[in-house]
This record gives sequence, C-alpha cells and structure tokens, in this order.
Amino acid sequence: MMAAVAELEPKAPSETAYHVRSGGRGQVMSVCEFSLWYGQKQALFDNTMEIERGLVTALIGPSGCGKSTLLRSMNRMNDLIDGVRIAGQMIMDGRDIYGRATDVIALRKRMGMVFQKPNPFPLSVFENVIYPLRVDGISRRSVLEETAERALKGAALWDEVKDRLQESALGMSGGQQQRLCIARAIAGEPEVLLMDEPCSALDPIATAKIEELMDELRGRYTIIIVTHNMQQAARVSDNTAFMYLGRLIEYGETQTIFTTPQVERTLDYVTGRFG
Amino acid sequence: MTQHTVRSFDEQLKHLKNLIVQMGGLAEAELENAVTALTRRDSALAQYTVGSDRQLDELEHEVGDLSVRILALRQPMASDLREIVSALKISSDLERIGDYAANVAKRAIALSQLPAMRPAGSIPRMARLVQTIIKDVLDAYVERDPERAIDAWQRDEEVDEMYTSIFRELLTYMMEDPRNISPCTHLLFVAKNLERIGDHATNIAEIVHYLVLGRQIDRARPKGDTTSFAVVTPAEPKAGNEADR
Repeated sequence: MMAAVAELEPKAPSETAYHVRSGGRGQVMSVCEFSLWYGQKQALFDNTMEIERGLVTALIGPSGCGKSTLLRSMNRMNDLIDGVRIAGQMIMDGRDIYGRATDVIALRKRMGMVFQKPNPFPLSVFENVIYPLRVDGISRRSVLEETAERALKGAALWDEVKDRLQESALGMSGGQQQRLCIARAIAGEPEVLLMDEPCSALDPIATAKIEELMDELRGRYTIIIVTHNMQQAARVSDNTAFMYLGRLIEYGETQTIFTTPQVERTLDYVTGRFG
Repeated sequence: MTQHTVRSFDEQLKHLKNLIVQMGGLAEAELENAVTALTRRDSALAQYTVGSDRQLDELEHEVGDLSVRILALRQPMASDLREIVSALKISSDLERIGDYAANVAKRAIALSQLPAMRPAGSIPRMARLVQTIIKDVLDAYVERDPERAIDAWQRDEEVDEMYTSIFRELLTYMMEDPRNISPCTHLLFVAKNLERIGDHATNIAEIVHYLVLGRQIDRARPKGDTTSFAVVTPAEPKAGNEADR
C-alpha cells in the first residue's frame, strides 16, 4: 500500500507515506531532501514535502522530532543559531531559499511568523501592528491607519482594541497579545504564516479564538502550524505531517491521518501510544 | 497493538470490550433459551427468558455511560475512536437482539397453550442458522477478523430465504384451517423476530469490518427476504390443497 502511494508521488521519498490533499492552487513551497545538523547532531533527515498554497498544514510529532526545526528552517530563523549546517533545498517560486541570491529580510517578510509566547514590542497597539511598514519606511498616516485597521480586523482583534490603539500592547491579555502578533504578521501581507505552537501559552477560549481566526485566514494565506495539541491539528489543518526522530513518516490529508493513518507509528502517536 | 502511555486508558478500553463480549454471551444464551422454550413447549423456561432480558438492557446502559466517559476524558483518535463508536452501536444491536429473543419467549408461552404446529421443525432450523451467525460475528469482534465478519454477513441471505419460505408455509396452513390462524400468527412473528435478529447480527458484522479496517463493507447487503412483496391467495375451492401464488 505504501509502495503504491510512493509510486503516485514520485517526488516523495519512498519511506514517507504521502497522501496530501491538493488545494488546487499549486504549491507555495517545496522542501527537497532537506537535512539539518546542529553541530555534530543531525536534527532533520532528508525531509521532502510540498506545501499546498492556501491550505493549513500541521506539523506534529513527539518532542525533539524536528518539527519546530523544520518550521524555522522555512524562513531561515535557524541562521541565527551557531553551528547549523544544512543539505538539500527549500524551493519557493523556483528559487532555493538557501541560495546565495536570497534576501533573508525579504524572505521573512513573505513568511510571517508567530511564536509560542506572544512577543509584542513594548510599543502601542498601533505601532506594533504597523511595525512591518515602519521597517519599510512607510510613513503616510492614511496608509498606516488603513493597514492597522485591516490587519486588526483580519486578526479578529479590531473590535476589542479600536478604542485603545495608543495604549501599550503589554497591557493586553495573552490571547489578545497573540492575536496582535498575528495582526502584525499579516500587516506585511505575507504569503505564508508560520506558527510555532501559537496556542500553547493561551487559555481554551483564547485558543478557540486563534483557531477560529486560522479558519478565516485559510485560503488568503498558507498557514503552517507546529502544534503539540493533536486535537488542534485535527481541527484546524487540511494536511498533517507526522515527524519522528527528524524524519517525515507520514504526510497526508488530516482526516486520514487522524482516522486511518497508513503507518503504524502514526497510528500509535495519534492514539497516544507513545510520544 | 502497543499500550497507551496512559495505562488507565487501556484498562477502560479493555473493560468496554469485555462488556460487549458479556452482552454477546447473554444475547446468545437468551436466544438459545427462547428457542428451547419454543420447541419443548416449556413455559417456565420462556418466563425465565423474558425476565433475563433486563440484564442486557442494564449492560447496554453501562456501555453507553463508559463510552461517553471515555469520549469526554480521553478524546480518542483513529482506531481508539472506532473502538468506542463500535461498542456503542454493537451494544444497541445486542440489546435489540435480546428484545426479539424475549418476544420469541413470550410467544412460546402463548404457543405452549395451543395445539402443536408442523413448522415447529423449520423454525428451529432457522434459529440454529441465526445462532451460528451471531456466534461468528461475536468471534469476529473478539478476534478482530473482518473476513469472518464478511462471511457471516453473507449468510444472512440464507436466513431471509428461510423466512420467506416459512412465511409462505404458514399462510398456507392458515388458509387450510382457520383454527391454525392463532398459532400460525405467533409462529409468523417468531420467524419475523428471528429474521430481525439476523439483520442485527449482520449490522454487527458491518461494524466489526469498520472497526478493524476503518471503512465500510463496499458491497450491497445481500437480501433474500421477499415477503414484503409476497401475495398468497387461497386456491379455488375444488382445486384441492395445492395453494397457488
């Protein structure tokens, strides 16, 4: 059965069970035999996967499986860590993200990132949201205000903060701060949103709001989310990649991964038998 | 399959499975007693059988409670989720089987007070077949064997055909002599109950298939019960005993 799947998808290495759902709009990114080392220790082994444009892709797996490393490799956040070495490619628009010609700052603008802990800047709500525009040197008041409103509405935060845009972002609740970070990420009009456990520091209501938001952002943006919460992965994503010990074990339609996965190890993980 | 990280989850699932097996055993015994009471015209055994049905109802509630508790506390996925949904459905099929068996027993009490009828031979034969199907689907459940489930599933057609033939036979007797109507009606319901029990056993076979493989049986259910369309008219007065369609 696995062999048959691999035959249909020649791009996938034979050891990955590959049955992704197509978004019908092509791929936003291709990960090709990507490996990564932290010093002597290899963290990723020959990962190959296509990210469908406009869909939500979840990366799941036990701690240390490499899912955050893979996510951070996508916008070269790992460049900041000493001793990181890579092999293979990450292709976006036909060009290798790790190629010499790549402008890393421009790349990160195309791939907004949201972290585990909300990280608002010690600025006002307004200045937080329009930060990406400030970086670009845009200063026209009307453009800034328009962008702030659009991004805050996009992040389902506008109604809660429209009367206190000039107050410090640090005074907001954790859930609001996280949505503010999402607003800031989408203010720069990225193509991809990378989310690294965006709800793990939030209470259930704030988590539900973020999930609802992801549902609204689906289609407009490609979202890649790392989560430890399997129910969350099952709820919000279209495709799910299960990783184990740095390898991509199974990558496919979320519904299948959580109901009838093709690999025994995936089944063991989603049913809570290890990890 | 390997154990869950949370061991009490495994214990709960095991307990759930045991409840189903227990229910299966009770349903089998209840049907066996009902058929024995019918063939031996033993109204005491029939009475006992009717009373024993309560146990199945209680176990069904227990399965329901435990399933809801597991769903709420564990948020099971994939095969675990199917385990629970299947237990819920199988328990309700087994409970229905118990109800039909109890109804057979009730009719056995009535029949024991009436003159014996000839089809008392083909009804026990139909009952044996239904019993082997139940046994096989329960074994398939315990052994997680979808092949065995499909095998049992296919044999329900035979039950339907037997039912159709008993249906015709009983109508003929009723036409022969109005005094037969009372016992024949009871026997007709007995046969109908057995046929329904076969259908519930078939349901269980389908659930076992889904439980193990995560997909439904991809064939249409074989059907042999044509009694819903059957028309049996009395023969012309001079044509003798031969009943025609």
